[in-house]
Amino acid sequence: METTMTESRDVSAAGITMDETQGLTFPRIECKNIDVFYGDKQAIFDISLPIPDRSVTALIGPSGCGKSTFLRCLNRMNDTIESCKVTGEIIMDGENINDPDIDPVLLRSRVGMVFQKPNPFPKSIYDNIAYGPRIHGLAASREDLDAIVEKSLRRAGLWDEVKDRLTSPGNSLSGGQQQRLCIARAIAVRPEVILMDEPCSALDPVATARIEELIDELRKRYCIVIVTHSMQQAARVSQRTAFFHLGELVEMGETDQIFTNPRERRTEDYITGRFG
Amino acid sequence: MVQQLGHLPMGWLMLALLAMLASGAFFVGRVQAARFSGPGSARVHSRPNYHGYYVAMWTFVPAMVVALGYGLFGDGLVRSMLSSELPANFQDMPRVELDVYLNSIARAAFHHGYSGADRVFSAITNRFLELQGLIKASTIVLALVCAATGFLLARRRVAPGFRARNRVEGGIEIFLFLCAAIAIATTIGIVASLLYESLRFFAEIPFWDFLFGTRWNAQTSAEFGALPLFFGTFMIALIAMLIAAPVGLFAAIYLSEYAGPKVRGWVKPILEILAGIPTVVYGFFALLVVAPAIRSVAIWINTTLISTGLASEPLLAAQPTSALAAGLVMGIMVIPFVSSLSDDVINAVPQTLRDAAYAMGATKSETVKHVVLPAALPGIIASLLLAVSRAIGETMIVVMAAGQRARISADPTADLTTITVQIVALLTGETEFDSPKTLSAFALGLVLFVVTLFFNLIALRVVQKYREKYD
Repeated sequence: METTMTESRDVSAAGITMDETQGLTFPRIECKNIDVFYGDKQAIFDISLPIPDRSVTALIGPSGCGKSTFLRCLNRMNDTIESCKVTGEIIMDGENINDPDIDPVLLRSRVGMVFQKPNPFPKSIYDNIAYGPRIHGLAASREDLDAIVEKSLRRAGLWDEVKDRLTSPGNSLSGGQQQRLCIARAIAVRPEVILMDEPCSALDPVATARIEELIDELRKRYCIVIVTHSMQQAARVSQRTAFFHLGELVEMGETDQIFTNPRERRTEDYITGRFG
Repeated sequence: MVQQLGHLPMGWLMLALLAMLASGAFFVGRVQAARFSGPGSARVHSRPNYHGYYVAMWTFVPAMVVALGYGLFGDGLVRSMLSSELPANFQDMPRVELDVYLNSIARAAFHHGYSGADRVFSAITNRFLELQGLIKASTIVLALVCAATGFLLARRRVAPGFRARNRVEGGIEIFLFLCAAIAIATTIGIVASLLYESLRFFAEIPFWDFLFGTRWNAQTSAEFGALPLFFGTFMIALIAMLIAAPVGLFAAIYLSEYAGPKVRGWVKPILEILAGIPTVVYGFFALLVVAPAIRSVAIWINTTLISTGLASEPLLAAQPTSALAAGLVMGIMVIPFVSSLSDDVINAVPQTLRDAAYAMGATKSETVKHVVLPAALPGIIASLLLAVSRAIGETMIVVMAAGQRARISADPTADLTTITVQIVALLTGETEFDSPKTLSAFALGLVLFVVTLFFNLIALRVVQKYREKYD
């Protein structure tokens, strides 16, 4: 746990910690030696990172540092980009998700994702939520589906605002509501992990505060990884923070420790605003 | 002397004159402005060049208006002046004959070829040349006067505080507007002439008899029931769209969602080449390859049905030209319209929507079916409507492969005729512009215009609505 934090073995040891409020949290996802290439250009260099369950892990760093690229490795969204190649192991529930035998389509139903800009489908609010359960056959009947939709919207804290207009289009909601709709949509397929790629960057401060409250609520059930440009947000919502720079993992640890007592000089410079 | 002026080449002369005047005015304005604007003088509004453009503009435009006026009305003016001077026996001539006579005068004057003709003719030709010379000379003088007036007025305004730059900008705007107005004016003119001739037709043939009559026989007897033509047009467009809509749409989906950049780089240009093949080539392909093939298949079906006892007489018409042949080939012709437009529309669906669906564990085809297509649907409908109006207005393929017989028959192997085929038939060969036979072509053209306009308008509206959907 000393200065050589980027060594994978030490980090994986650091991932298993006692959390006084929730008992033992073990790494839900264990990333080992991840490299990502776009064509000939390497975007991520040998990153090893454990991600604990039932907590929020924040990925911070300046633009272009590879944090979004890393996030997209976790549900193999990089597969949809032709030139992108990922190497290394990502162990989730005892399986390496980069294994060719793993079906990325099924994997993505276990690892939900929320994007930077709210992107509801051009369908009704109800159909937005019901889309995932329908394609995965999660609901046996219309009542089941109604129940899933209601539960997802409740968990996303949107139910009271939209329960009377489930048939109106998703685009008719405000930006913050749309983003919560997208979170509800991700929850509806019963994921274990939720990835959030700067979920508040397109929202005003009030809507941001709502989403942050929601993230804090959701971490009781899900393993959450969030990419954010706002260090205050990372400090507010996350339990663990990883600092990326130029495609490398500079430092990771408890959020309090990263923000109050960083071990690396680069981390300190970044969080105090000296670069980035 | 005045006669010699009649031979002036006005087009070239005016062009050279205008260019010289404009460039001269430009330099004068520029030099004048350069006197007060240097690096040191800060309070000058526009740079010397703009003053030059401004003066040139005001010199050029008035002279140009005069030149255009001559181009449009000069010849008519000469003729009316000449015909008012002609002796009495010419005044009694019918209008058409007089025009023909004046045409031959103008031709003789132009070619200097009037020496051998009779005395009256050569006298009139000389007078024609004199009048022409008069008009040409006064046009040039008028143009020069107008240009000079404009030049002097504009030059007086050249001053440090004068906003020549903004004035030139205004002039450019007017010029661009006029260019746009030409297209609109042409459209209005065409529609007006269609309407006018159609009204003449409907004065003789009742409107409802034309629209809902079932017998069309314009060439031999005067039967103008256009319903069989509408039916034929509709039938062939339907067959074409049955081919083009699915094939074009699926090709667009493949290109935009499945094909890699390499395949796309090859397939898309090839599909667009299909749109560049002249329709007459499609036409003889339909006539020489597709129609005989359809005919032999139809004959085979007929004989099989009869030999197995399922039918007692031939079921299909099996004509050498058929609705099916024309429709099939036209369908192939419109595929690129559908695929290219749909491809653009599908590409315009934000990538974030696809990402959202993929991130929820949807496969590519599920994403296309549930997310991409519904989002792109208005645009796809618009592309289909544009393809329909293209198919309805298409002429060459149907002229060659659909036949000439006007009839209402659901049998696709029978020959049919369409609006466009009949227009071609009515207006080619010997025609007389006053008979209902020829005028009916205008009425058909009007119907065609209204129908395609209707489809295009719907398509435009749908596209506009679609644009509001994102951002």
